[in-house]
Amino acid sequence: MSGSDIVDRYFLEARSRLLDIAAFLDRLDRSSDSAGPEDYRVGALLAAARELHSKDFGRAKRIQNLLSDTTTEPIETLTGNGAFGAWRQSENV
Amino acid sequence: MQYIDMHAHMISRTTDDYRAMAMTGCVAITEPAFWAGWDRSTPECFEDYFRQITDFEAARAADVGIRHYAWLCINPKEGHDRTMAKEVIARIPKFLDHPTVLGVGEIGLNKNTTNELATFRDHVNLAMEHDQLILIHTPHLEDKKKGTRLIIDALLADSRVDPRRVLIDHTEEHTIEMVLDAGFWAGLTLYPVTKATPARAADLVEQFGPQRMVVSSACDWGDSAPMGVPTFVLEMRQRGHDESLIHRIVFENPTSFLSQCPKFEIPLGQESAGAITGVD
Repeated sequence: MSGSDIVDRYFLEARSRLLDIAAFLDRLDRSSDSAGPEDYRVGALLAAARELHSKDFGRAKRIQNLLSDTTTEPIETLTGNGAFGAWRQSENV
Repeated sequence: MQYIDMHAHMISRTTDDYRAMAMTGCVAITEPAFWAGWDRSTPECFEDYFRQITDFEAARAADVGIRHYAWLCINPKEGHDRTMAKEVIARIPKFLDHPTVLGVGEIGLNKNTTNELATFRDHVNLAMEHDQLILIHTPHLEDKKKGTRLIIDALLADSRVDPRRVLIDHTEEHTIEMVLDAGFWAGLTLYPVTKATPARAADLVEQFGPQRMVVSSACDWGDSAPMGVPTFVLEMRQRGHDESLIHRIVFENPTSFLSQCPKFEIPLGQESAGAITGVD
């Protein structure tokens, strides 16, 4: 696909998702306490979003890496079964 | 376009889903054993579950003209319980000769614990002792990269494992290279939110090529889409890809991998079935 074909096909979808993120952050600002904005996942999201300004190919992979557990050894103790989309270092180290 | 959904938990889906899959070209489904959304209380529960995905689901699928195959294991999430895992694994061999069982799966890791890894190795040993294909679940979200690395290292450390007989599923942008580089098959699972979307899956096919790559819906009881594979087909068509490339990803590649199990039969009436031989 040409660059203009890609923009024609995907721009509105990307625009919508960008607005979803902005609205999510606005929603947190309107929340009744500060727990949301201080959540480690929100911080990880904002840090990863810096990749959107990169001019280098591989943004999706780098964002995946930024949100991933960076340790290499299996853990001994299971503290919970779920995954949350961003790694909280203090849980695993 | 006729397709094979390599990974679908149809036990969680409705008859309407089977019908919709059939009407969009699905000719075969393979269903790995998985977590029911709650931990089962006894090893005996798994025998009932295995009977359901080997017998009952095969009958439901046959009713709409779809062939249904199964993979057996205790899933990674319940695999942390070593006592339960050992008892369940001991019950699997008597099911392996069932005509619709293709191998051991979906085994792997969930939170990357030492117990999960021990259970994973037990499953690999089971597969090697019984000459079975392997289907692997890689962990979710933030645990995926580490877990995929641990899984690959464990497999490469076992000299009996032939990577061409192992499909590592749920790969994404940060894990697909390590899977393909090590010689394994890579699966892309088409989820609305938490795995690869059809558009991102198409991006990865464009970047890495079709060799040893398959896609599936991995539809289950959660937020998932049984129409994942035909949605991927549409995405590829909208980008102008050849029908032959799309067919390779959704039919020929699955057939090549699954045909390593002699019990897998290419769905009859496929225009290119006679041309499909060997493994990439």
